[in-house]
Amino acid sequence: MAKDEIRDPTNRAIEAVFRIERARLIATLARMTRDVDRAEELAQEALLIALTEWPKSGVPDRPGAWLTAAAKRRLIDGVRHEAMRTRKQAEIARELDEEPDMGVEAVEAALDDPLGDELLGLIFAACHPVIAHEARAALTLRLVGGLTVEEIARAFLSNEATIAARITRAKKAIAKAGVAFEVPRGAELQARLASVLEVVYLIFNEGYAATAGPSLVRPPLCAEAQRLARILAGLMPEQPEVLGLLALVEIQASRLAARAGPDGRFVPLTEQNRARWDQLLIRRGQNALARAGALGGADGPYALQAALAACHARARSADETDWARIAALYDRLGDVMPSPVVELNRAVAHSMAFGPEAGLRLVDAIADAAMLRNYAPLPAARGDFLFRAGRHEEARAQFEAAAALSGNERERDFLLGRAAACAV
Amino acid sequence: MRVMVFVKATEDSEKGLPPTEDMTEMFEAMGKFNEELVNAGVMVDGDGLKPSSAGKRIAFDGASRTVIDGPFAETRELVAGYWVWEVKDMDEAVAWAKRCPNPMPGPSELEIRPFYEMEDFGEAVTPEIAEREQRLREKLGGE
Repeated sequence: MAKDEIRDPTNRAIEAVFRIERARLIATLARMTRDVDRAEELAQEALLIALTEWPKSGVPDRPGAWLTAAAKRRLIDGVRHEAMRTRKQAEIARELDEEPDMGVEAVEAALDDPLGDELLGLIFAACHPVIAHEARAALTLRLVGGLTVEEIARAFLSNEATIAARITRAKKAIAKAGVAFEVPRGAELQARLASVLEVVYLIFNEGYAATAGPSLVRPPLCAEAQRLARILAGLMPEQPEVLGLLALVEIQASRLAARAGPDGRFVPLTEQNRARWDQLLIRRGQNALARAGALGGADGPYALQAALAACHARARSADETDWARIAALYDRLGDVMPSPVVELNRAVAHSMAFGPEAGLRLVDAIADAAMLRNYAPLPAARGDFLFRAGRHEEARAQFEAAAALSGNERERDFLLGRAAACAV
Repeated sequence: MRVMVFVKATEDSEKGLPPTEDMTEMFEAMGKFNEELVNAGVMVDGDGLKPSSAGKRIAFDGASRTVIDGPFAETRELVAGYWVWEVKDMDEAVAWAKRCPNPMPGPSELEIRPFYEMEDFGEAVTPEIAEREQRLREKLGGE
């Protein structure tokens, strides 16, 4: 589309309406065609039709139904066009054509989908385990978040070709595995839901703790993940871990503004200016956490992590932090989600609650874990324990080791600063 | 971006009308709209306010503070309710606002106002200014 068209206020208004409908439109079309690429094309064609029609007719009352009907007509025209080639396609065309009530009203009724099953189906497909991990996030941002390939590339500090290839591979994997664009039922639901939540949290973390690059946080990725978590919580309000994840991202995001100092440097939690924490997000997070608990989900991995984040949110100053409660929550988290990274955080919590020696004891127990071999936070935590125990020379070596392992420039500066402080 | 959407008051809302048949219908439509907002991940907060007859104003003039009891006259400038939405841009906020059912029995108005964000100050914010701003916020936070 030409840039001039985008600048035109009418077209911008139409585009905004389209953006609201886009994910659900693609979901509906993907379910009909079993082809994500075709669904995206049809959605785009529907937008072009709207850009011609709506300036004359005005935006329809139910724009989603209108766009779906327009795209569906395009689909039928296309299939009919191809109909001569194979009998099978001709049958599909006849089937589609013979569906009664092709009008907007019928589509409207079909779209009156209070459970949001179609959109959920699309999210579940984009996060399907047959797709490679890093491609799930890219495909979800593209299909559900409506980000362009360029925006996704910028968000992940990658280039467009890489992201485009990743998305293409993801679509092929979906087609090859014959993934249905539906919400899985029964026993499959929990396993697939875990994959969805993992993708949302991965997107959030890539924004919150940028693993590479010059900038510490990338708020647009956090905002996308928050929106996804909110959509999921709206559509699956009875799933405690969805609420746990929502609580976690809301409370973590509440600290985005405080996490980087004025010069862009990393500010650790205990030194953050709590007046800059977003109280609206904290309140939302606490509500979601309470709902997760009421559904019996207080011990889910995300709910426990949200409870940890809520402990910090509750403390009016770093000194008021209830570290004993945090240590106890980490003990529980270590049981339900055993991992060296959790153990490391548990060590930090115990060091704050019971002294640096308690932290050193726990961290020594996991020092040989393969997962932590090149993990900067491990030597960073040990350096902190040693420093607080008065063993400054040993602490410095740990901070330097951590700085050498860190991929984030801002974090590296912070660690080198701590190493330098050991000499004083 | 975060926006606040004000539902402007009308003579009806200022009367604090008891629910009539019409209003039940309106509440239903509004409930549906709110659900849509939630399911789209757009709504982060919102509530309704009692008529200005339940409100008070505090007028400042130098050192003096005068308390004025409601109701207040200029109805169209009063607020009857609000939402806080998180949207990608103002175009999206407008698109959502347009599909809101009329919140009042008669003619009424919504007003969309974006929150200030750090980027709004752009390059005018040097690290020094940003730091001073942060120190100020620290004082405001009482720490």
